[in-house]
Amino acid sequence: MTDLDPRPSPAAPVPSPRALARRRRQRALGRFARSYAHNRAGMFGLLSLLVIATAALTAPMFIEQSHLSITGAPGQPYEPPSAEYPLGTDNFGRSVLDLIIWGARVSLAVGLLATVVSVTLGTVIGITAGHFGSSGGTGGRIASTVLMRITDWFLVLPTLVLAVALAAVLPGGTGTIVVAIGLTVWPPTARLVRAQTLAVEARPYVERARALGGGHTHVMLWHVLPNVMPVVLAQTTLLVATSIIAESTLAFLGMGDPTTISWGGILEAARTAGAVSAGIWWYMVPPGLAIAVVALSFTLCGRAVESVINPRLRENR
Amino acid sequence: MTRPEETHVSSTETDPPVSSDPSGAAPVSTPLLSADDVRVAFSAGFAPGGTAGTAHAVDGVNLDVGHGEIIALVGESGCGKTTLARVLLGLERPTGGQVVFEGAPLGYRSRALKSYRRRVQLVQQDPTGSLNPRRTVYESVAEGLRVHRGTTADEAERVGEALARAGLRPADRFFARYPHELSGGQRQRVVIAGALVLEPEVLVADEPVASLDASVRGEILRLLLELRRDLGLSALVATHDLGLAWNIADRVAVMYLGRVVELGSVEDVLSAPAHPYTRALLSVLPDAPSEEGPVVLSGEPPDPKRVPGGCRFHPRCPILASGEAERAGVAERCRTEDPRILPGGDERRVACHWAAADDEGRLPVV
Repeated sequence: MTDLDPRPSPAAPVPSPRALARRRRQRALGRFARSYAHNRAGMFGLLSLLVIATAALTAPMFIEQSHLSITGAPGQPYEPPSAEYPLGTDNFGRSVLDLIIWGARVSLAVGLLATVVSVTLGTVIGITAGHFGSSGGTGGRIASTVLMRITDWFLVLPTLVLAVALAAVLPGGTGTIVVAIGLTVWPPTARLVRAQTLAVEARPYVERARALGGGHTHVMLWHVLPNVMPVVLAQTTLLVATSIIAESTLAFLGMGDPTTISWGGILEAARTAGAVSAGIWWYMVPPGLAIAVVALSFTLCGRAVESVINPRLRENR
Repeated sequence: MTRPEETHVSSTETDPPVSSDPSGAAPVSTPLLSADDVRVAFSAGFAPGGTAGTAHAVDGVNLDVGHGEIIALVGESGCGKTTLARVLLGLERPTGGQVVFEGAPLGYRSRALKSYRRRVQLVQQDPTGSLNPRRTVYESVAEGLRVHRGTTADEAERVGEALARAGLRPADRFFARYPHELSGGQRQRVVIAGALVLEPEVLVADEPVASLDASVRGEILRLLLELRRDLGLSALVATHDLGLAWNIADRVAVMYLGRVVELGSVEDVLSAPAHPYTRALLSVLPDAPSEEGPVVLSGEPPDPKRVPGGCRFHPRCPILASGEAERAGVAERCRTEDPRILPGGDERRVACHWAAADDEGRLPVV
């Protein structure tokens, strides 16, 4: 304290501050991974997701694509499960197992993309509404209120009806399904992010940032975003399940892209083929189970992430 | 409470200059930063229990901060200290009056505010809360630099310099630490370094040591004094702690219910308080040199939504209650006439009908 020499201490730190920070972050990530690994349900979810994702990604290597077309079907219609077709065949003689594995590609892709769309939308709207509502003056409060009323409007609309309407209005295709789902499931994320933003905005370091001269962008990106990211991450894993179910529902209702194979599409094909009344269970049950398993796995992962981030939830894992 | 009357740059670290300019030069006449009849009213809207109304947190304050001058703003909780500090920083827009910096009124367009905020910096009460827990010390200190000039090549050097100045040495050992790994005093030093890195001219500190323990508090105060001596920094320190004001300030402004009620050099105000409120505050200090014993204020604690008519202190004023004001013949004025708002200059003033000699709040010449 008595040394008042204003010169800096040797300003050539061996590792640069950024490298140090990166190392710290890696260590924090390691801690997160270890504490996640203690959550058994979360590990189960992660493992089953890895298996399903690997199968979906490597599908073209062990599934003959021509076998998936109606004309190139390898077996007889409605063959019960056997050694050659572990889950039997459908009404055209295609292997149901192959269809399920192939369908995972579309179902997962649409589920993940729709989640990205809705989480991005929800985060942007939530942070904007939260930030300007608390520190944007009168204009900001009005803008925030308008945004939140729009959110409420989307929240009270039945998600499925809206998605069906959107899918019907927009040009057909997988992209449309992504948009339709993305545009309907974002409101809870926006509300959640807004609440978290308000909590962060009330902290003194946000006031300090403003006193330092930081503008809205600075506060939102430098302070609010890193602090809402954990919540967003947990919300993302939970939303994937919702999105996959929504995709299956839309496909089941015939709103999907008829040229692609997805789990909901298989279910719909089974229904139109009369598999229900004919008691062809191996055509109906596997896609439904697949949807349930993936949704469950994502939910387990989400809950595990949530409990790692928020230690108060840790007891009831 | 004793200390040398007149000091120049003293050789001891513990008792730095009090009333003299650090360079020894005469104080510059135009104040660096001043509040000009600043008023802030919060409208509470409609609330259950009849608490609706307008809260006059700051109700007409003139205050000047000169070059290299440390001013203490003292008063009890809720008297408007923090609001006034926020107004001076441009974080709160006054509903009346203006903030004047270097003779020009403060602009509230974002560009004007941004350049203002390079020169006037804030140190908050709670060092734990004022650092983002997800940012390292380096990032927190560099934040101001990045806001104003983006990431520059000499950033690490400047951050190291600011940390060293704030007493965190060797600075690079602190770069990668997170706030939760530091002690309270170290955190407050990081906050101060984050303010210093922009080379400000004025530091507005709101209860800078209230949440620190006694030994650390001394160190932080010494740091503020060193900064004033080495960098010529001006400071406005809002505090409820009269001992703190005594230790670091040149001048003291005592606030009560949104007004400055007494203003003057720290020796004058604290050793010969004129306003009954200042007297009451001082009389309850453990080592108070009081003849009358501690004066405990009676009546309700002040409510900025219901500022009493007349002198705002009169319902709790011991002088009025004891009949002394009656004997002096000012009791009627105390109840009905609001004392004039004190001007903010260097002169000793008091806003009290009983203690002041004239309407301008000057003291009677003894």
